[in-house]
Amino acid sequence: MTVFQKKLWTGLVVMALLSPIGIFLPNFFNAEDAWGEWSAEKLKELIGYVPAGLEKLADLWKAPIPDYNPGGEGASMAAQAVWYVVSGLIGILLVAGAVYLLARLLQRHEK
Amino acid sequence: MHIPDGYLSPQTYIPLFGVAAIFWTAAVRKLQTVLSHRHIPYLAMAAAFSFLIQMFNIPIPGGTTGHAVGAAVVAILLGPWPAVLALSMVLVIQAIVFGDGGITAIGANCFNMAVVMPFVSYWVFRLIKGSSESGKRIWGAAFLAGYIGLTMAALATAVQFGIQPLIAQDAQGQPLYAPYPLSIAVPIMAAEHLLLFGVVEGVITASLVKYFLKHEPGLIYASREV
Repeated sequence: MTVFQKKLWTGLVVMALLSPIGIFLPNFFNAEDAWGEWSAEKLKELIGYVPAGLEKLADLWKAPIPDYNPGGEGASMAAQAVWYVVSGLIGILLVAGAVYLLARLLQRHEK
Repeated sequence: MHIPDGYLSPQTYIPLFGVAAIFWTAAVRKLQTVLSHRHIPYLAMAAAFSFLIQMFNIPIPGGTTGHAVGAAVVAILLGPWPAVLALSMVLVIQAIVFGDGGITAIGANCFNMAVVMPFVSYWVFRLIKGSSESGKRIWGAAFLAGYIGLTMAALATAVQFGIQPLIAQDAQGQPLYAPYPLSIAVPIMAAEHLLLFGVVEGVITASLVKYFLKHEPGLIYASREV
């Protein structure tokens, strides 16, 4: 690994450590979900009903770390921040690892 | 911009899986011929970067949130086809492990953020940069690549949301999936991204392209293969 690459990896870990900014800022400015990404309950508040097809599909999948926050909406800000950082670090390992393996498989064979 | 499960009808998400699969196949073929050993660590880092930058939610005070995607800088530095694979991997892991974006919507989300965005960003950068090597021109080209690329991805998403009430209704005429029509989805998502999230993506793209130009200029795909 080159010095430059080490610097970039360090930058990525620093990003993961700073990632709770991504929950603190929306909280501070009272901003909620991204447009079009509401839960079924929230959608009911917005339009008064839950579309039938949406209701059927919405809970199709139980993710192991839902929304980077396994404690749910009731979790304390501190717990959410810790899980966010942990999710960021797990995310680095998973996506970089998966892309690295895939790329190694596809790599052209150089002499 | 991560469409959850339930917002798209099967008539929408199944064809979009097909379209995404065509691009995945083409990207795999392309990488078998162009991917050099030297670029593999950068591709892995690019995926990690995209995953992380998407965690930085940006608030519209009192309203919704959004985030940059990072696909523009990846497409400029490593090329649009490697970006297709790196971004798709990010989106698949977000959906499976973190429930960010639906399982049924993986095709749609990959089409929007891992196909539309890298290709639009790449071509905007190439067209605006031209053969110029001037710092300002490159900065502007990279900014617009991020700004326009993210906005186009948002528009594609908004269209997929907005056509749902036209495609699928129950007997009473109530939408079965995403409830808002095109006339609401498109202007809202366009405005959010034109006014705020696109600007953030543009600044991030331009800053990183400038950084790599200074420290590792040989890496930059979009200026190498003209």
